[in-house]
Amino acid sequence: MISLTVNGTRHQIDVQPEMPLLWVIRETLGLTGTKYACGMALCGACTVHLDGAPVRACVTPASAAAGKRVTTIEGLSDKGDHPVQRARTEVDVPQCGYCQPGQIMSAAALLTSTPSPTDADIDGAMSGNICRCGTYQRIRAAIHRAAALGKGGAR
Amino acid sequence: MTTLVSRRTLLKGGLAVGAGLAVGFPVVRAARGVARAESPGVFAPKQWLRIDRDGVVTIVNSVPEMGQGSLTTTPMIIADELDVVLDQVRVEQAPANPGLYKNPVTGNQSYGGSRGVRDHLAMWRKAAAAAREMLMQAAASEWAVPVESVETEPGAVVHRPTGRRLLYGQLVDRAQALPVPQDPKLKTPDKFRYIGKHVHRRDTPEKITGRGIYGVDVRLPGMLVASIERCPVLGGKVKSFDGTAAKRVRGVKHVVQVSNGIAVVADGFWSALQGRKALQVTWDEGPTAQVSSAMIAREYEAAAKQPGQVARNDGDAERVLAAGGRVHEAVYQVPFLEHACMEPMNATAQVTPEACVIWAPTQNPGGTQATAARLTGLPPEKVTVHTTLLGGGFGRRGEVDFITDAVETAKAVGAPVKVMWTREDDITHGFYRPATYNSFRAALDANGMPAAWRTRMVGPGILIQKGRVKAGEVDPAAVEAVRNMPYDVPNLRIEWTNKDFGIPIGFWRSVGASQNGFIIESFIDELAHLAGRDPYEYRRALLGKSPRHKAVLELAATKASWGAPLPPGRGRGIAVVFSYGSYAATVAEVSVAADGAVRVHRLVAAIDPGLAVNPDQVKAQMEGGAVYALTATFYGRITIDRGRVQQSNFNDYPMSRINEMPVVDVHILDSGEAPGGLGEPGVPTVAPAVCNAIYVVTGKRIRTLPIDREELKRV
Repeated sequence: MISLTVNGTRHQIDVQPEMPLLWVIRETLGLTGTKYACGMALCGACTVHLDGAPVRACVTPASAAAGKRVTTIEGLSDKGDHPVQRARTEVDVPQCGYCQPGQIMSAAALLTSTPSPTDADIDGAMSGNICRCGTYQRIRAAIHRAAALGKGGAR
Repeated sequence: MTTLVSRRTLLKGGLAVGAGLAVGFPVVRAARGVARAESPGVFAPKQWLRIDRDGVVTIVNSVPEMGQGSLTTTPMIIADELDVVLDQVRVEQAPANPGLYKNPVTGNQSYGGSRGVRDHLAMWRKAAAAAREMLMQAAASEWAVPVESVETEPGAVVHRPTGRRLLYGQLVDRAQALPVPQDPKLKTPDKFRYIGKHVHRRDTPEKITGRGIYGVDVRLPGMLVASIERCPVLGGKVKSFDGTAAKRVRGVKHVVQVSNGIAVVADGFWSALQGRKALQVTWDEGPTAQVSSAMIAREYEAAAKQPGQVARNDGDAERVLAAGGRVHEAVYQVPFLEHACMEPMNATAQVTPEACVIWAPTQNPGGTQATAARLTGLPPEKVTVHTTLLGGGFGRRGEVDFITDAVETAKAVGAPVKVMWTREDDITHGFYRPATYNSFRAALDANGMPAAWRTRMVGPGILIQKGRVKAGEVDPAAVEAVRNMPYDVPNLRIEWTNKDFGIPIGFWRSVGASQNGFIIESFIDELAHLAGRDPYEYRRALLGKSPRHKAVLELAATKASWGAPLPPGRGRGIAVVFSYGSYAATVAEVSVAADGAVRVHRLVAAIDPGLAVNPDQVKAQMEGGAVYALTATFYGRITIDRGRVQQSNFNDYPMSRINEMPVVDVHILDSGEAPGGLGEPGVPTVAPAVCNAIYVVTGKRIRTLPIDREELKRV
């Protein structure tokens, strides 16, 4: 039995301790917003927050999350209105959208640690997230916009 | 039955609709014996929309949403012509039913070739305009006034002289009884409310919250999850297997043989993967086990020494080339490529003796239905296909191999099964963009212009391999953007030789144009430099018979300030290609570091798509196409060793990332011509523009993709 807190709810889960957190989130808990795409921490589609820090759930054993706070895309905001999400709507970032939950979780973590990121900060924090549709230009624009929104710069 | 998003579950209610203006389902109406305005398979305006008595407008989108924005564009077009408020319409994804939802141009319910808008625009507008005229006629009858005296405003018909107004919902019953006008009057473009305007995507909320349901997200009561062990050799088959150990793995429920390998069926994906590791399989590797990339390259090269089938022959290129003069030769080669959709292949199926239901991220609902019907023996109408969101398509999801996986596995175990591929399955068992070898020979006249040009292309033909073009013919997909290359060359000969070693090949975003844009636009650049001419002006001079090419070329060059000084170390390259109905040009601005690392600083693109329905999304497709092309330019290479794909994941099949992203600046030329495609035309110009710029900076001509950094290293 592993004890996990996911999006504020505590769960007692009976899984093999080496099972990646990704499958606990997606299959055991049914939170399918977090995506599988590589299984080797190469693409960032499975990014969630573990005690606030971005991790790749596909290589994080469930046991490593025991006793910690896990935040998934479903728990990032109540109404999909985190500044990173609002900015994405304004800029029309997603195309297929499959990588976006992971991208958003990486971007949200970046803005928590670096509220006004430079382009270099964005490159550093976001280059682990692949978008095959190629929305990078808009991801960058939306992160800058989210930084402004986060500071009450919304108009 | 399912936890799928509402727009699909709503569908059931829609099919059963009895009240309401069933402008939607002629089959249902026919079944009730009501006369229909159209026969099946003929233009039928009505399956695309319906309005109920409460005034709720439902638009049925037949084009799978794979990133291109069809959940926004389709309703934009229909809402505009119907005259309703876009934010208030519901959108449903069409079921598989080729009789109703086939593409009117291709005749099937499969979506590729950037065909969403360009093949449907006229039909959707006409369907919506017909419905609007019926509503106007209904109101005019109600008020006993001439139909010419009424008009619509969003969601209502009005009679201005008397100030009377009826909502569409109030007109449903009366309108339903009217005949469908065959030649309704369309809006003039100045009246468009949505078409041509920046409309925000309707699917963003579900895609930024994790609520959107992709194929991998489908969950059904009692559903099992399967992973299939496939022969490492492409095309290989199972000889024998032992699933005893796999079945002992915790969570594993079944181990069954299916066409594509051994399916390990478990309570979850992780358990299925553990079961797979415990499998013992002996393979019949088949003939592809003799095939390797080095062997393919040798065979291609040998074939290019012989004449091929003639794909185009203007004048007498051989005679002029034989006469000598300034003759230039070059060989261009490109590798196999995998699509690498972010969402690995998957599908979910439930098979009973009476029916089959499939949930799949497919570009090909019609082919999915037909495949399942064939595998189950059920008639197609007993096969229901729910098209989920697609986590990328790029041509890969027009195939039905993953549908076969799900149907066969679900049938074998008697429970709903989701078959999921790993990334490794995806990279190693794709339908690859063909690797090709292309030799060029051209002679310049006294003015430096090409007097004769011969291109010999060697590679496999996608349409031939798939049985859609007869072996022995020239495969149109192989020679696209070469056979119809736009430059005015009096003696032009294009030859093609089909060399197919059984590597599965498929349609990869922009298909033949993806590599042929590179080879043509690089070679014309070589000729320009050989002639001592500016590559932009040289192209312009040869585009006299191709005004739309010329116009986008000029727009890109102007917007990129072609010819203006650049910071030291930077250079520009240009390219122009027609593909999938649209004309595109790109100017690339690059620099090359001493270690050979190329930095693409800026891409200035121009596109003439005829009509830009949602201009911001036109730009998005061009931006995305550029990134897809940059990945192929710098990284993309699938190699084969004894029939096995040597790459397996993003470590050895890398993708472009945000830190490499240039500024992409897109300009739209709204020519007012027939609408062209958008998913694909952004791809073909990028590699040649970048490589032509690299030549300007380094003097090195890139003739093989992906770019080998070592070749650009300065000592």
